[in-house]
Amino acid sequence: MSTSTNENDCVVKPVSLNKSQLCLAVLAVLITAFAGLVFGPADLGMKEVIQELFNKLPLIDFDSGLSSRQQAILFEIRLPRVVLGLLVGSMLATAGGAYQGVFRNPLADPYLLGVAAGAGFGATLAIVSGIGDGLGFLDPVPLAAFAGALIAVALTYTVGSGRGRLDQVTSLVLAGVAVASFFTAVQTFIQQRESETIRQVYFFVLGQLRTAGWDEVTLLAPYTLICITVIFLTRRRLDALAVGDEEAGSLGLDVRRLRLITVIAASLGTAASVAVSGLIGFVGIIVPHTIRLIFGSSYRVIIPLTIFFGGAFLVVADLVARLILQPAEIPIGVVTAFLGAPFFVVVLRTAWKNS
Amino acid sequence: MKAIDCRNVSVILGGYEVLKGIDLEVEVGGWTTIVGPNGAGKSTLIRATGGIIEFSGNIRIIDKNVQDLRHRELAKFVAVVSQKPIIPMGMRVMDYVLLGRVSHLGFFEPEGENDIETALLALELLDASHLSDRFVGTLSGGEKQRVVVARALAQSSPVILLDEPTTALDMGHQQETLELINQLRIERNLTVLSTMHDLTLAGRYSEHLAMLVEGKIVAEGSAEEVLTEALVSSHYGARVKVIDDKDGPIVVPLPN
Repeated sequence: MSTSTNENDCVVKPVSLNKSQLCLAVLAVLITAFAGLVFGPADLGMKEVIQELFNKLPLIDFDSGLSSRQQAILFEIRLPRVVLGLLVGSMLATAGGAYQGVFRNPLADPYLLGVAAGAGFGATLAIVSGIGDGLGFLDPVPLAAFAGALIAVALTYTVGSGRGRLDQVTSLVLAGVAVASFFTAVQTFIQQRESETIRQVYFFVLGQLRTAGWDEVTLLAPYTLICITVIFLTRRRLDALAVGDEEAGSLGLDVRRLRLITVIAASLGTAASVAVSGLIGFVGIIVPHTIRLIFGSSYRVIIPLTIFFGGAFLVVADLVARLILQPAEIPIGVVTAFLGAPFFVVVLRTAWKNS
Repeated sequence: MKAIDCRNVSVILGGYEVLKGIDLEVEVGGWTTIVGPNGAGKSTLIRATGGIIEFSGNIRIIDKNVQDLRHRELAKFVAVVSQKPIIPMGMRVMDYVLLGRVSHLGFFEPEGENDIETALLALELLDASHLSDRFVGTLSGGEKQRVVVARALAQSSPVILLDEPTTALDMGHQQETLELINQLRIERNLTVLSTMHDLTLAGRYSEHLAMLVEGKIVAEGSAEEVLTEALVSSHYGARVKVIDDKDGPIVVPLPN
């Protein structure tokens, strides 16, 4: 073989994340997380926050000047909330990106297969029956939402993945629409009959990063880390699906297995996120699409960047939700759409111009 | 030894029997082309042989039963170039050709040096190394075709199925592609099963022809045996003249 093609590195290597992209992503997470720690109703100060964070390292002892109350705000309120934002944002965005790949559908989001409707139904059932108020560790509401979400996805997959006339993608997406409509209808029916709980249900549906210390983070972290790792590992094969199920199959890819693994990981992670933070919309659509428009269409790049930028985006959205009407909070789902939609339009228009 | 052995293969699509008990053999290193009018079932036969669609009967590739093999094992024996491959617009040529290596990799495994070398060699054989950094969606019809064939070669399978490999190409590129496939077949002892609309080209490049009409093979043999005026005019509903040439028959359509 001639070596002439080996001279240029970028020609002979499969596409992958490069160092500058990774640095940018890590920087985005660090900057937004830092902003999430510094800004809020109580004034903590940048320098003081940095000193306090360094104090947590072994063998370092600064006097930051923060009172014990301020320290509690930093480590027991803001830090867990920022970490929760990173986990939920990463999970929803990565699940959205994976769904877009595995269903070859730009409109796919983490709620495609009925996770949202199932979670809403489960939470409503728990709230209406009076067994929980949505607060605290091991509260029945998140558990019911989690169970409802998984039941809905399992139902969608069972109904939609038979070998019929339709291809698996269309049939799963349609089954998801049917299952979601059904659960939403049942939820609305229950809600109408128990109208005094509407407000509570409404708050759950809108979504918010509410934390009580580190409980939610501890609860969510294992799901998020495992599910994101699985999706990260499938990223190379997601690219093969770009040639369609039939061709990918003839190339030797077990398409059904890839789809099943991805759906399980994305749904489990999304269900866990939704159970803890409610239904935060838009993250799963705009983050992966923005990355696709800027950095290209390979999932080898999209998935790792989405993990970082999804988290960073939600931390920013939460910051806006906390600050704009302080001390009151806007539901974070409103902010993700309010910030995300115009930003996405700008990216889309720029991409048109560049192409 | 037979590389492809189809026995009593039938396929039903949407309630309609598209293939009706096909028997077909291709020897190792041979090139057989299926000819026949539109809707005869040529692509269906290719897709069944490649294990893409379900069929009844028995198909063996290098003595392995197609229905017993998992996707990954089957792809190591047979590569398929479909008639209208889906071209992912934003994918680079190199990454597209590397898709041919999927069957050689574990589910989560990245491509290694060996896979990259194989993909580069496939591109080089098709004179497409200079395209490796381009996006597949920006290539011309002829370039795309070469890249798709390169992907099939990167699969390193001993049998290659080509569904209308030259339809999108002009005469020069048709010749070039078929010459190259023939050369690779001889050099690497590949077995080729293809479909082709151009009967003269089919006769020139393949050693064996099978004429498929309404799901059945109506004639089989050398180009001289299959490309006769009687067979072509009756099954294609066309008025043709077949000129005997020392390199094989030339099929010419006649105006009314």
